[in-house]
Amino acid sequence: MSSATLSPKRTVGRREFLKTTATMTSGLCIAAYVPELGAGAHELAAAGSGVFAPNAFVRIASDDSVTVIANHSEMGQGIYTSLPMLLNEELEADWSKIKVEAAPVDPAYNHTVFGVQMTGGSTTTPSEWERFRKMGAMARIMLIEAAAQKWNVTADSCHVDKGVVVHAASGKKATYGSLAEVASQLKPPANIPLKDAKQFTLIGKSPKRLDTPSKVNGTAQFGLDVRLPGMVYAVVARPPAFGGKVSSVDSAEALKIPGVRAVEQIPSGVAVVADRFWAAKLGRDKLKITWDDGENASLSTSKMTEDFSRLSATPGKIAKKIGDPQNALKTSAKAITAEYDVPYLAHAMMEPLNCVVDLLADSCKIWTGTQFETIDRLNAAKAANLPPDRVVLNTTLLGGGFGRRANPASDFVVEAVHVAKIAKAPVKVVWTREDDLAGGWYRPKWHDRFAAGVDAEGNPVAWLHTIVGQSIMAGTAFENFAIKDGVDSTSVEGAADLLYGIPNLQVDLHSPKIGVPVQWWRSVGHSHTGFSVEAFLDEVAHLGKKDPYELRRTLLAKEPRMLAVLNLVAEKAGWGKPLPKGVGRGIATHFSFDSYVAQVVEASVAKNGEVKVHRVVCAVDCGRAVNPDIVKAQMEGGIIFGLTAALKTEITLENGRVQQKNFHDYQVLRMFESPAIEVHIVPSEASPTGVGEPSVPPVAPALCNAIFAVTAKRIRRLPVRAAELAESEAKS
Amino acid sequence: MTSFTLNGKAVSVDDDPSTPMLWVIRDSLGLTGTKFGCGMALCGACTVHLDGHAIRSCVSPLSRVAGKHVTTIEGLSSDNSHPVQRAWIELDVPQCGYCQSGQIMSAAVLLKENPKPTDNDIDEAMSGNICRCGTYPRIRRAVHRAAELAAGKGA
Repeated sequence: MSSATLSPKRTVGRREFLKTTATMTSGLCIAAYVPELGAGAHELAAAGSGVFAPNAFVRIASDDSVTVIANHSEMGQGIYTSLPMLLNEELEADWSKIKVEAAPVDPAYNHTVFGVQMTGGSTTTPSEWERFRKMGAMARIMLIEAAAQKWNVTADSCHVDKGVVVHAASGKKATYGSLAEVASQLKPPANIPLKDAKQFTLIGKSPKRLDTPSKVNGTAQFGLDVRLPGMVYAVVARPPAFGGKVSSVDSAEALKIPGVRAVEQIPSGVAVVADRFWAAKLGRDKLKITWDDGENASLSTSKMTEDFSRLSATPGKIAKKIGDPQNALKTSAKAITAEYDVPYLAHAMMEPLNCVVDLLADSCKIWTGTQFETIDRLNAAKAANLPPDRVVLNTTLLGGGFGRRANPASDFVVEAVHVAKIAKAPVKVVWTREDDLAGGWYRPKWHDRFAAGVDAEGNPVAWLHTIVGQSIMAGTAFENFAIKDGVDSTSVEGAADLLYGIPNLQVDLHSPKIGVPVQWWRSVGHSHTGFSVEAFLDEVAHLGKKDPYELRRTLLAKEPRMLAVLNLVAEKAGWGKPLPKGVGRGIATHFSFDSYVAQVVEASVAKNGEVKVHRVVCAVDCGRAVNPDIVKAQMEGGIIFGLTAALKTEITLENGRVQQKNFHDYQVLRMFESPAIEVHIVPSEASPTGVGEPSVPPVAPALCNAIFAVTAKRIRRLPVRAAELAESEAKS
Repeated sequence: MTSFTLNGKAVSVDDDPSTPMLWVIRDSLGLTGTKFGCGMALCGACTVHLDGHAIRSCVSPLSRVAGKHVTTIEGLSSDNSHPVQRAWIELDVPQCGYCQSGQIMSAAVLLKENPKPTDNDIDEAMSGNICRCGTYPRIRRAVHRAAELAAGKGA
């Protein structure tokens, strides 16, 4: 991944350029320094005000308040709690005094691995595991030093207790706030040792989420909630086919709607600006636009399915090859082939896309819920024709992200900058649900063709997997990082890196170019490989007359962490024990974002084909669980998200047009369909790994394997169609 | 002008009477706790109380509330002390939090009408509220817990 270069303007004082560099045990280099002054709400107090800001990630004020500056976005995954936990494990301030603030855009806040400021890939806690603890430890060391100087004692003779430095011998005590002024004059320590894990008092516990109180009384501020003096509202009419252009616009009727101020073309369509959102929306309804659909006018997903299937029968670019799979297939005792298909999917965050922009001649201020600060600021600067350091981007809370708010083209931000040019006032651009669903940037449609062979004992000896689907990385800033020898690693993740010990294996890839914008969607490539691989493995187990759990155990003999997770889920789910009549059990594992997950689903199928999911048992090894209750919440949420994809949703196109409009035809799982979920965390002392995404991939295959157990019907196409299951019941 | 009572205070607005209450509440009156999710009464994010009943404000015109009492999430309590809010905090229900105003407003009406709901009652009352983060298992537990809190079975 290429690292964007920014040049934040730095002005005064020694503190804002206080820079510490330390080589972490992970080999990563960290740089922590106080960010650009004057960045909206993030203004640091001037020297002498008693605020101690030893690095870019923490500020301690004279009232003892501790502000943790979060460089990753809070979109539900709980990092506005887990990041402060990491920092405060070392700082040891009073937890009740901790506040969280979103970081401004600055290289100090770049992702330790990806080199830009962003949130994604289930990496927040793993990537900040060391840096945030170091930043807390740095502050603690300096506060102790400040007290030691004040009392004329050695730092070694002092200790800290919930935000108070204590000199036990003399009984002297000083709160962090009272030491802030003195500490702010000190040099940062050269060495910042960290606690041994045995000394942890916060990590591994489950303090309540810091953002919950504001999320139960309406005070939490999402992008859509930003209000500026004199602000106007806008909606945009976008082309009905991707890449389409405006041929002509008749705005006369729209301009008659009271409150509508302006109707003008922008690069992405026609913007309607009004005093209120509702007037803008009514105005847009009255527009008469003739569109030139362009080259995507005839796109059809049903035709794509046929094309993909044909393509999957031809050799693709090799992503992985072990042994001689072709020969092993020919000489196997029994063989099986199958094709799997999954649709385009929208992220459908509950908060539709939106962005507020205040554009002046020499500056641009932006408020939005984004996962992609560095890239959004660069793209906004380009659109505003301003240097990046004249663009201030304020990250709000995100009403869900799931990847959509990390857009490689910054589509919703760039468009809002163009709208601001015609609004002549601060403007909030609002996407309706219909806009959001039809707006593209979907999880790609995928087609998978498998062939496998088993030996006389039923053990798999050959595995061939051809994948067809659009590359999400092609054309993005991450292309060089992610695409090697024509293979987008995110297209084959979860397939080319199987943990199962199959001696002869090949995975190859076709990446057709299609005019539907695609991007990462919660669990990315794993969202399709998790399904196809684990569902097909169930077919292979059946072919070899093996129990699906036992076969996985055999194949995971050399993968102790996944084996432990698999055994745990089987034990907790009661694998092999009798179930009520009509209820089937399915199992699946998946390794993603460096975490190990296994799930067992219990489901039944009604006569009309309706599937009911009764229970999901999940086991996870995500290294050390920083906040176990948040880990559980993420597992629960990922399971519901994965079940929605398994049972409910698809984006289809005919004549180049997206067919789905709103939650009536893009239905998502609701309370009455939500199963009982049990999550079991494997205790681990390994460094933390991802938790936001890894529970999504295994749930669809575990469900479909359960459906097979109860109906003998294989589901090879998502979402599950009740009509197909009902039909098979009638025949059987 | 249309007059009604919002969170206990008399208000008058000059929006067109056909304007959906959601946008009157958010854009004209500046209370942003009530959320926009679909605009078609499909997701429940905009749920408010009208004379004590849960309504979807995104499809309820301003004219419908004239002279009536509207309560939004901001009016449920002044200090997070409503049993539903307490239960939500106790079980850390929200993830992104965007849908939770609507979830809480639906749950508050459920518990007022049915102080001891069963799982089936919860399914019926809460299935109009979508959560994409998948907090349903915790919402279910929290509704049961709120019922206990409201019945005086405290911490």
